[in-house]
Amino acid sequence: MLVQFLLHMKHSGMKISTTEWLDLIAALQASVSATTVDDFYLLARTCTVKDESLYDKYDQAFSAFFEGVRAMPDPFDFDLPKDWLNNPTLKNLSDEQKAAIEALGGIEKLIEMLNERLKEQKKRHQGGSKWIGTGGTSPFGHSGYNPEGIRIGGPGRQGKAVKVWEKRHYKNLDSGVELGTRNIKVALRALRNFARTGSSDELDLEATIGSTAKNAGLLDVKMRPERHNAVKVLLLLDVGGSMDYHVKASEELFSACQSEFKHLKHFYFHNFIYDHLWLDNHMHRDNLTALNEIIHTYGRDYKLIFVGDAAMSPYEIAAPYGSIDFYNEHPGAYYFKQLTDHFEKTIWLNPTAQEQWRYVQSIGMIQKMMNGKMFPLTVEGIAQSIKALT
Amino acid sequence: MSFKSTDNYIASSELSTAVNAAVTLERPLLIKGEPGTGKTRLAEEVAKSLGLELIQWHVKSTTKAQQGLYEYDAVTRLRDSQLGVEGVDDVGNYIRKGKLWQAFSREQRCVLLIDEIDKADIEFPNDLLVELDRMEFHVYETGETIKAIQRPIVIITSNNEKELPDAFLRRCFFHYINFPDAQTLKAIVDVHYPSAQSTLVKQALEIFFDIRKVNGLNKRPSTSELIDWLKLLISDELSAEQLKSGQLKSALPPLFGALLKNEKDIHLLERLAFMSRRDS
Repeated sequence: MLVQFLLHMKHSGMKISTTEWLDLIAALQASVSATTVDDFYLLARTCTVKDESLYDKYDQAFSAFFEGVRAMPDPFDFDLPKDWLNNPTLKNLSDEQKAAIEALGGIEKLIEMLNERLKEQKKRHQGGSKWIGTGGTSPFGHSGYNPEGIRIGGPGRQGKAVKVWEKRHYKNLDSGVELGTRNIKVALRALRNFARTGSSDELDLEATIGSTAKNAGLLDVKMRPERHNAVKVLLLLDVGGSMDYHVKASEELFSACQSEFKHLKHFYFHNFIYDHLWLDNHMHRDNLTALNEIIHTYGRDYKLIFVGDAAMSPYEIAAPYGSIDFYNEHPGAYYFKQLTDHFEKTIWLNPTAQEQWRYVQSIGMIQKMMNGKMFPLTVEGIAQSIKALT
Repeated sequence: MSFKSTDNYIASSELSTAVNAAVTLERPLLIKGEPGTGKTRLAEEVAKSLGLELIQWHVKSTTKAQQGLYEYDAVTRLRDSQLGVEGVDDVGNYIRKGKLWQAFSREQRCVLLIDEIDKADIEFPNDLLVELDRMEFHVYETGETIKAIQRPIVIITSNNEKELPDAFLRRCFFHYINFPDAQTLKAIVDVHYPSAQSTLVKQALEIFFDIRKVNGLNKRPSTSELIDWLKLLISDELSAEQLKSGQLKSALPPLFGALLKNEKDIHLLERLAFMSRRDS
């Protein structure tokens, strides 16, 4: 039984080690409290899941294991087993629900409607309150509010409310979702490069003993600076225009970077890199910094991070005088290459959803110039990008 | 021996399951959750309800794992050797026991709280792997091995500022304290202020949840802030009507300083209040 459980959890993408699994068995043997499925659910979670962002995944995997069916997928690209439709769920319905169904024209009518909707949904691949899904107001799906609904993908037995793991309390803790500063900070921590700089406030024991001995036994205390994160980051942020939709994400990234890196410099650009950037977004025309100056000021060891949606007209990248702000003598790609050639490690963070990238020509062009080092601005994306930076 | 809600601490059934599992299997329990959801309090309550001693180790950004085991005071020894102080030849006189050592050397089982482990350096948890797993460590200076007489109940809290290493997580049990729902919050308030008028508490909870719902707050108020705020409301002898008349819709709630601790958040709320006044 538990072997199956372990294998199923592993298969569902939960990283459970053998020791954790043995812990769970030990906990069960010590009969801490596992008398009901709810208890087992909690106990197994305590023993095997070590990150709240994985709670949601665990809930789904657990639900799937116990019901023997796959957790209700999103309305997009899914396949419903046929027998769900052939097998009337009447026995799970209460009297009132039955009455409500009668009012709608009976269970046959309802199933007919469901069948129709299934077909439609496959054809159209479209979301909305009408379609089968979770938490909606459509009569089909589960965890929803429509009392006469047909339950799909979850147990409706005993007329009881949804199980704990089906409530999916922790959905918004999932790590694929939008990020807050704290999450970004956690991701940015990976970018560390320790060095001893600053004031000497740590006792250097070996040097002290050495110099005391040399000093004929007279105590001579030696101090040394503590280790600090010495990584240097140059952040270039796209502002204005299409980036207005992503202001919050960019702001959060920026504030997380500020608290995380001591050596952080930033500049703004609009759409793409030309011969000037600016430091203060409010007075951008009056306070331009030449690209050359940036290249000469900041050494190759600065990690260069672009943040932008990379959505623009291809002319802005490839053609001279293509910029909407500047009279650029050379194409944007020329200036861009100067930058990327100068800095050793460069990445691009893109706040638009990754699925949409392939529909935008300029993203493809920049992706190519970046040698594929463009990442989505999510916690996962940042974590990947950090790997590319180190 | 099992842990449940006490007279002054409300523990959800999930939390008590996790605590009991960790106590029975003698594994460290890692607790995460929003600030102010009672992570540190948990250790105190576990110790109290099981009748055990509590040893607290508060971790700071400068804390090293070694400090929890022991520290060798080399400078004092060097100085003493110059002055010819008695006992300088015994290195044991210059070893200071850390919190872990103290916990290991107790005859009675005790509760060891390692508070805010994420504040320390990223390598900190790794340095404690074996010590927490086998509950023993080696003292290089004296050559002795310290082994726990009774394995202490270890409770570790984290605010998620740093990710903890996998190897460390594998050795812990884990529980995330979710933000309590309205019902649990009511129970928490009842435990802390049994004499508060129920209408006042109800109103206060409504306002509290309204504020928590406001999008874009930097720091949403948590349970401990709610309790502080109620303390102020009660000590000011505000009535439920007064509280209601100053509701979020028309102005900021009275004594809001206890709930919101960020200037930006207060401005945001003021703006919202202004906008709703203008609209109405």
